[in-house]
Order: sequence, then structure tokens, then C-alpha cells
Amino acid sequence: MSSVLYDTPGPRAKRRNVLLSVVFFVLLALLLWWVWQVMDDEGQLRWALWKPFTESQAWTTYLLPGLGNTLKAAALAMVIALPLGAFFGISRLSDHRWVRVPAGAVVEFFRAIPVLLLMLFANAFYDLYTDVSSEQRPLYAVVTGLVLYNASVLAEIVRAGILSLPRGQSEAAMAVGLRKGQTMTNVLLPQAVTAMLPAIVSQLVVIVKDTALGGVMIGFTELLSTRGTLAANYANVVQSFVVVAVIYIVLNFILTSFASWLEQRLRRSKKGTGVVLGKEDVEELNAAEVGGTFGTGAGGTV
Amino acid sequence: MLSTYATHPEAREIVFDFLSDYDDPSILGAFWTTVQLTVFSGVGSLVWGTLLAAMRVSPVPLMRGFGTAYVNIVRNIPLTVIIVFTSLGLADIFGVTMGASDFEVQGFRLAILGLVAYTAAFVCEAIRSGINTVPLGQAEAARAIGLSFTQTLRLIVLPQAFRSVIGPLANVLIALTKNTTVAAAIGVAEAALLMKEMIENEAQTLLIGAVFAFGFVVLTLPTGLILGWLSKRLAVKR
Repeated sequence: MSSVLYDTPGPRAKRRNVLLSVVFFVLLALLLWWVWQVMDDEGQLRWALWKPFTESQAWTTYLLPGLGNTLKAAALAMVIALPLGAFFGISRLSDHRWVRVPAGAVVEFFRAIPVLLLMLFANAFYDLYTDVSSEQRPLYAVVTGLVLYNASVLAEIVRAGILSLPRGQSEAAMAVGLRKGQTMTNVLLPQAVTAMLPAIVSQLVVIVKDTALGGVMIGFTELLSTRGTLAANYANVVQSFVVVAVIYIVLNFILTSFASWLEQRLRRSKKGTGVVLGKEDVEELNAAEVGGTFGTGAGGTV
Repeated sequence: MLSTYATHPEAREIVFDFLSDYDDPSILGAFWTTVQLTVFSGVGSLVWGTLLAAMRVSPVPLMRGFGTAYVNIVRNIPLTVIIVFTSLGLADIFGVTMGASDFEVQGFRLAILGLVAYTAAFVCEAIRSGINTVPLGQAEAARAIGLSFTQTLRLIVLPQAFRSVIGPLANVLIALTKNTTVAAAIGVAEAALLMKEMIENEAQTLLIGAVFAFGFVVLTLPTGLILGWLSKRLAVKR
């Protein structure tokens, strides 16, 4: 194992590495032992507190409906945000200044604002100006907030996806006499969508994580808020947090793995230009210079 | 409030005077708390994230494993879950008060703890990717001309790595600024919590939304522009 930081270890370095491993292992073990002791002292390891999660009631009454709502909000947000994002992303690439500039302003504005603010605003807005019932309002508000924010992030992904294609593609389309709109819909977009797929799936992770905000702040009954009802019922706060965290980790891990599987598959495929936008590419494009802007809302994936 | 609304003669004052009705905290005070949260968690996560990155690129497999596990676990948990847990779990069950005597200070410090734990995972990834942009040939060339390990690190690798890390770290800082709003979930009196309170009690929904949105644009736009300019200026041309 050699890297830019160190060479392949020789006998002395090997000995030092073993020593470091042992020291680090002991420290880690001490830390784990201490956590275990503290949990034990507080009586958090009693089986009675963990047992509800082995029975179906805790899952069918609390966790699964909550998870269902989380997924519902995330899916709705993604489905609505995608066309919006595509619209703004393409508008930002327009040849006309009066289309490009407003689209850019909208995208940068919504990327600069925390999702929570958008959710709070949407909640108050629906309350005052529409007749959405109060049971439905939190879902509407959460989805609206997520859509506004993620559409602007997706707009950047779409733009990056289209810009990542080789110039020869649009030049060839022009050469065979396609109009600008035809070039976009028949040549650039289909290829860009394929290239963007991994980035879009990675963005789903962000959306899933952000639904939890709606649970705490505007009373949307998603996984984190049903955890509260569950913990109030079984008096197992710490345990319910552990279980809910594990659910989120597994869910997001599946999404992340799917995204990198897609990315690898697209990179290997012989069809197309072989251009792929992974999550890291998008972050880089955010930071660097698509069209010379360094956006206010860079870091959309954090 | 309502009486003021009814008796005020001038429309302009009716629209704007409620903004000064809030003084604990005022709007500026709430944004000051947001800035403080950002600065403290920024420094904390930079320190912890650098340590994690050092572990992830170290030659010791166990350290690498720990770093990888930490990043992959923490990144996939919503920040809201982490911050709510610091309050309901760490403070209420395990009695972690962070050396604070009153509830306000305790919530503030717990929020910083949660933000540091979460953001450090992203800082670690930013730094690691920065180190990875330095081509292997740079270090090999350095060794070939006889530089020692520390010289290679100090003169060749780290200067290049730091420069390519500015952009990704700026991203994380901007995201952190926006993420401090999650502290509202445990009652820290920062901008989002004040906005929630105001938007529920006042009629001028649009105005309140615009004021707070403007506040965040003011906080994130200069950071993005300055650090973005800096990262482009300092980028290593390859």
C-alpha cells in the first residue's frame, strides 16, 4: 500500500504501524467499554427497553407508517422537483440573456436559503392563503420546501450534465441542421439524463434526510416524529433513536450504493459518450466554475 | 399588536413596526446566534474533520477503518436526528450538560456538539479528496531528488493539497451556515426559530419570509463569492 503521503512500508515502518494499530485499538476499546458502562449505569441496556423492537406492534403502529410518510414525501419532492429543475437548468443555458439571468437568480436564491425556512414559509402560506386541510398541510409544506430547494440543486445538476457532454455532440446536431430546441430534446437531454442519473439518486439521500426537519418543526408525521410517540409509549428514548438512526443509515446506504453501482455501470458501458456525473463531480462543479459562478448554495449535498 | 394595527395612521408603519416588537431575541440578535453557531461549529468540525481525514489517509488499517466507518455512518443520519438526540438523549438521559447551568446555554452548546459531529464527516471527505488530487508523481519526484518524508509533506504535498481543498471546504462552510437552522429543533434562539415564532403570530407572511431569506443570502453570498474567488485563484494548474 503506497500513496502520495507515504511509500510502501519497510521493516521499521511496519513495526511502527503495528505499534500504532495496537495503541489505537486499545484507545478504541476503552472508549467502547466506557460507553457500555455509562449505558449500563443508566439502565439503558435492559432488555425490556429493546424488546419492543422485536415485536411487530412497534413497527406496524409507529415505525413503518412513519417510514412510509418519509418515503412518500421524498418521492413526491423528487418527482415534482425533477421537471422544475430541468426547466431551470435548461433556462440557465439559454442564449437569451432575459431567460438566462432570471433563471440563474431564482436558482441561486433558493440554493442560498435553508430548507427549514422554506418549509416554515410554505406552512404559513398554505395556512393563510389556501384551504388545504390542517392534516394535509404539513405534508404539503414539507414537499413544497423540499421541491423549491432541490429543484434549484437539480437545475445545477442538469446544467452540469448538459455541459459535461462533448462539444462535438451539439456541433454535429447543428451540422445536420437541427434547431436549437431539437438539439436539446433529441441529442443533449437524453445523453445528459443518463449521465446525471447517479447524481440524481445521490440527491435523494439529501431529500430523505431533510424530511426529518418537517417532523420536528412543523409536525409532519414522518419517521423521526413517530419515534417520539413510540418513545413516549415504551419509555425507551435512547433505544428508539438507535433504531431510527439504523433505519436511516440502511436506507441511505442502499441509495448511495445504488448510485455508485449506476455510476460504474455507466462508466463501463460502450454506448454513448461515457460521460458520467457522480455525486463528487456535482460538488466539484458547484465549487468550480460552470459558467464562472460560484453559487451561494454550493454544497447542496451536505 | 392588534391594537397597534388598528390605530396606526400610516400604512408603512403598520407593515414594518412589528419587526421591532421582537427584542428577545431581535432579528439581528437571532442572526448573531446563527453566526456564532456557524463559527464555533466551523472551527470544531475543522479540527475533528482534519483528525478524521488524517486517520483515513494513514498507513494504519485500523485507523482507516475507523475513519471510513465514522464518515459513512454519520453522513447517512439526518442532522435533525443527531441534534434532537443531543438534547433528548445526551442531556436528558445521560446528563451531559456541557458545563452549562441554564437551559439556553446548554441547548446552544449541544447544538454545536451535534453540528461538529455531523459536519466533521463532510470536512474529512473534502480534505481527503484534496489530498487525492495531488498526483503520485509529485511525491515520487520529491523522493527522487532526495527530500525526506517531512520535507516531501511540508514542501510538496500539503501546499498543493491545501490549495485544492479551499473550494470543497467553502461548500461545507456554506452548508453549515444553512444547517445551523436545525438547532431550532432543540429550541436554540437562532434565526429559524424566531422566524417560526413570528410567522405564526404575524400576518405579514411574505415580508417575514423575505426578511429572513435576505439574512441568509447576506450570510452565504459573500462567503461563496470570496472563497470561490480564492479557490480559483489558488487552484493548482495541471
